[in-house]
Amino acid sequence: MSRRRRPKQQTGSHRETGRPAAGASSSETSAVLGPGHTFASVTDQISAIVLTRKTSRGWIFGFAISFTLMMAFLYATAYLFARGIGIWGTTIPVGWAFPIVNFVWWIGIGHAGTLISAVLLLLHQEWRTSINRFAEAMTLFAVSCAGLFPLLHMGRPWVFYWMLPYPNTMDLWPNFRSPLVWDVFAVMTYFTVSILFWYMGLIPDMATLRDRTKNRFGQIVYGMMALGWRGSAAHWQRYEVAYLLMAGLATPLVVSVHSIVGMDFAASILPGWHTTFSPPFFVAGAIFSGFAMVTTLMIPLRSIYALQDFVTLRHLENMAKVILATGSMMFYGYAAELFFAYYSGNEFERYMTINRVLGPYGWSYWALIACNVLTPQILWSRRMRRCVPVLFVVSLIVNVGMWLERFIIVIVSLHRDFLPSSWRMYYPTLWDITHFVGSIGLFFTLLFLFVRLLPVISIFELRSLVHETDEEE
Amino acid sequence: MIMGAPAKLESIYGLLAEFEQADAVVDAAHKAYAAGYRQMNAYTPFPLEGLSEALGQKPTRLPWLVLIGGLVGGSAAYFMLYYASVVSYPLNVGGRPLHSWPAFIPITFEMTVLGAAFAAFFGMLALNGLPHPNHPLFAVPAFSLATRDRFFLCIQVRDPLFDIERTKHFLEELTPRVHEVQP
Repeated sequence: MSRRRRPKQQTGSHRETGRPAAGASSSETSAVLGPGHTFASVTDQISAIVLTRKTSRGWIFGFAISFTLMMAFLYATAYLFARGIGIWGTTIPVGWAFPIVNFVWWIGIGHAGTLISAVLLLLHQEWRTSINRFAEAMTLFAVSCAGLFPLLHMGRPWVFYWMLPYPNTMDLWPNFRSPLVWDVFAVMTYFTVSILFWYMGLIPDMATLRDRTKNRFGQIVYGMMALGWRGSAAHWQRYEVAYLLMAGLATPLVVSVHSIVGMDFAASILPGWHTTFSPPFFVAGAIFSGFAMVTTLMIPLRSIYALQDFVTLRHLENMAKVILATGSMMFYGYAAELFFAYYSGNEFERYMTINRVLGPYGWSYWALIACNVLTPQILWSRRMRRCVPVLFVVSLIVNVGMWLERFIIVIVSLHRDFLPSSWRMYYPTLWDITHFVGSIGLFFTLLFLFVRLLPVISIFELRSLVHETDEEE
Repeated sequence: MIMGAPAKLESIYGLLAEFEQADAVVDAAHKAYAAGYRQMNAYTPFPLEGLSEALGQKPTRLPWLVLIGGLVGGSAAYFMLYYASVVSYPLNVGGRPLHSWPAFIPITFEMTVLGAAFAAFFGMLALNGLPHPNHPLFAVPAFSLATRDRFFLCIQVRDPLFDIERTKHFLEELTPRVHEVQP
């Protein structure tokens, strides 16, 4: 791929949001789009990633690792189906363990994609343009990983359809008053709407690839996926209305999904779960972890595929700000939890909190505080927000921290319940770890395929962005 | 003006004018509308504000479809919940009401969103006449730039004012590049 030479003198000062920070190299821009881009240059550069760029060795290497991990996941799943969930460390009183931790973690990660594409669209945040496609794909793959865990956890996954209302010879209905059944509806709706939203965004870009590719097979496949898109004024008019409405629908949906996940816990009577603030707390955590994951993935992607003109420091800085803001909400949440326990006057509630902080899993609580509360504080500094390596490390730490948070909520709350005689430590088995690491492999396998086969940045929206920036000039 | 051989008129789909600037196509659309043309459409690489209005296209009815989709999804879900909990399988749990509507809200909400999203997606495709894998315009080599950096205005042969010579002349005054589109 030949990179377009950008005329440096065209760096319009109005595109700069501020002076370049000390940490930024001279080629980095603070605007939402690098200088000197035209409709043709953005189209060619993004479509070249898919169409003409050779599959790099790094891609093959990364894909091979991810694919191997995915195979490990399948192997573990086959073994699970053969032997039952006894292969996991899940034992009473810890009846929900790693699979549920992973489920909540993955679905939380997924939420950033919807928020970036839907909420920021409704708020007219033009910087979302370069990252929304990738973030939506991340949502889709994270929700795919998330959805597998409750299925695997069922023990008899082949009768998963019992969760759905359908006319059956047993003459039974699911218990519609249970948050677990709400969750089935919420996750399935979320997955479906995410696919529709993502595919709708892809249609005009599929047409772009159809018209750019010289490969007959590519023309057919992209042509089929483009559905005959011609970009007529009538098409665009309906398309924009539909896209906006979908964004409007996805916004409350994303809030509802993680609220319902929060209710899975809140509706029980277990100390540590039974709190009214679970739903909003879970939603804030979801945004926090999701933005961290987008940052983790975007930083390597932009340097590997030379996308610094499209995913600029401005994007990274904005994401860092969201991480900082939601991280502060998490801090508030942790503080509120401690206060609730103290103020409730309930001995079980108090014991749960003391056990969380000072009990045998106390290390996880302090690690959580270090990851989710202390680490993001570094982002108060503008210099640090614009320092790419620092941001990458912070985002990784936040990912770990959010996993730990779910670990604490699910496992540490369960392992010492009301009856001391039933207390037991929880230890994951090799299969627990294989399923968790394998699901990361599945996620990255899908992500690698996506990066190779589909445009990672919404091309038509970039063209719109070029048009808008041109008009400002 | 329709004295020209009708067979010749039938042999093309329309005339396609090519523009390099976004403003030019909006301008051309205004002029074509003012000249009385109605059976025409413009093709752009990204949505252009005001273009659809310039061509005299009506605002889409899609929002109504989405509203209906949401209402159908939500009411079907609520009816199902009610039917299951009150009629088909009433379960007395400590004398609590069978019609426990607050517990029905989450699923009703989810199905409302699902119904509306299906209506938005498939409604958009249906109103746009998609999928429609082939189209006469795709045969014009330059048209592949409609997804890159060119803007097009196509006046179709089925427009009552269409006359191959006059329309061509009209378009050529706006842009040097005018293509004939074979059907």
